[in-house]
Amino acid sequence: MLEASNLECVRGEKSLFRGLSFRLETGACLMVQGANGSGKTSLLRMLCGLSQPAQGEIRWNGGPIRKLAEDYRGELLYCGHAGAVKEDLTALENARLSATLAGSAVDEDAARQALRQLGLKGREDLPARVLSAGQKRRVALTRLLLEKRRLWVLDEPLTALDKAAVANLCGVIDAHLAGGGMAVLTSHQELPLAGRVDHLRLG
Amino acid sequence: MAEANLTSALAAVIRRDLLLAMRRKSDVLTTLFFFVIVVSLFPLGIGPEMEMLRRIAPGILWVAALLATMLALPRLFAADYADGTLEQMALSAVPLGVLVTGKIVAHWLLSGLPLALLAPVLGLQFDLQADALGVMVLALLIGTPVLSLIGAVGAGLTLGVRGGGVLVSLLVLPLYVPVLIFGAGAVESHISGLGATAHLSLLAAFLALAAFFGPWATTVALRIALE
Repeated sequence: MLEASNLECVRGEKSLFRGLSFRLETGACLMVQGANGSGKTSLLRMLCGLSQPAQGEIRWNGGPIRKLAEDYRGELLYCGHAGAVKEDLTALENARLSATLAGSAVDEDAARQALRQLGLKGREDLPARVLSAGQKRRVALTRLLLEKRRLWVLDEPLTALDKAAVANLCGVIDAHLAGGGMAVLTSHQELPLAGRVDHLRLG
Repeated sequence: MAEANLTSALAAVIRRDLLLAMRRKSDVLTTLFFFVIVVSLFPLGIGPEMEMLRRIAPGILWVAALLATMLALPRLFAADYADGTLEQMALSAVPLGVLVTGKIVAHWLLSGLPLALLAPVLGLQFDLQADALGVMVLALLIGTPVLSLIGAVGAGLTLGVRGGGVLVSLLVLPLYVPVLIFGAGAVESHISGLGATAHLSLLAAFLALAAFFGPWATTVALRIALE
């Protein structure tokens, strides 16, 4: 269970939000909405522990995430604006290496399977440099399939994806939630998820 | 996290950085050519004065090695920072310190190690004897990892800062001075017949110290840069 209490985010002199509290139970999905610059990405980065809230605390299963450190990170998957895809490596190498760096190494078959599932069949051995923006995004999203993590924090996962890929991704998220996972995401598009989605509006 | 996982993650980072370097060879070759050219300019400029060349050889090789390592420093974290990989490393279930250590090792394999292996060839231009060249290589093998370790801290601190390349030299070069003194001193004292053991032991002590504090300080610097 992820719990945020009384969060405040300050950027420069300006307070983006304050007194923000929410609770995310097993199987729940939280959609963070708001205009550009309302602090969506800042909130997501706080939830990951990449930045510290000016006030308030984030707890995972009762323990503050600062103290849990690697134990919390082992449950967390963050997919940010930057996809962490290396232009010089092939799609397959990218998929395998990012999983290994995250601490959950996978074999080649699993990685190929994940790439196929996201519609990159036949592109596995091409360098990411020659892939389109949407295909690179798909390579970045293979991490969802390869790393077994309970909490997904996805910042604009739909950027550059086509309709088929959006439907595909929704299926992946639905399966994750049905399997007892949790997700926090931001998106400017409607995400047709099967289960219940809580909304959080910033700004 | 199990120990086996840590070592496999460490090996994976090293392999990854070497693979990336192989795909983009020019970056590595720039460093090496810089080293070769800078060192070769001195005998050409000074002329065939053997006595003089022998005396200045250790200092020149070390200064060139210092500058060549410096040249490769800004690249250490910049690409991973720009494409989000560093963020992912900071969020990995593997401690960031382990991944950073892997990156530093890879940096040394691509800069320090080739420099040490090239040094004897270049040393011939300075009329150094074979045994002096041996000491030179040994000193470089112990000293260049220290350069990579200290340099990583500087690269971490200047990450994302505009004009970071200049800043990193100002920050790191003064810290390289002890390595320069004892590294060049090892060869000089060997030539003068005093033996290099004392200097090499001190270099090894620097290495132990830097290996302990370097990755830790770099990790702290990177977390600040990512915030």
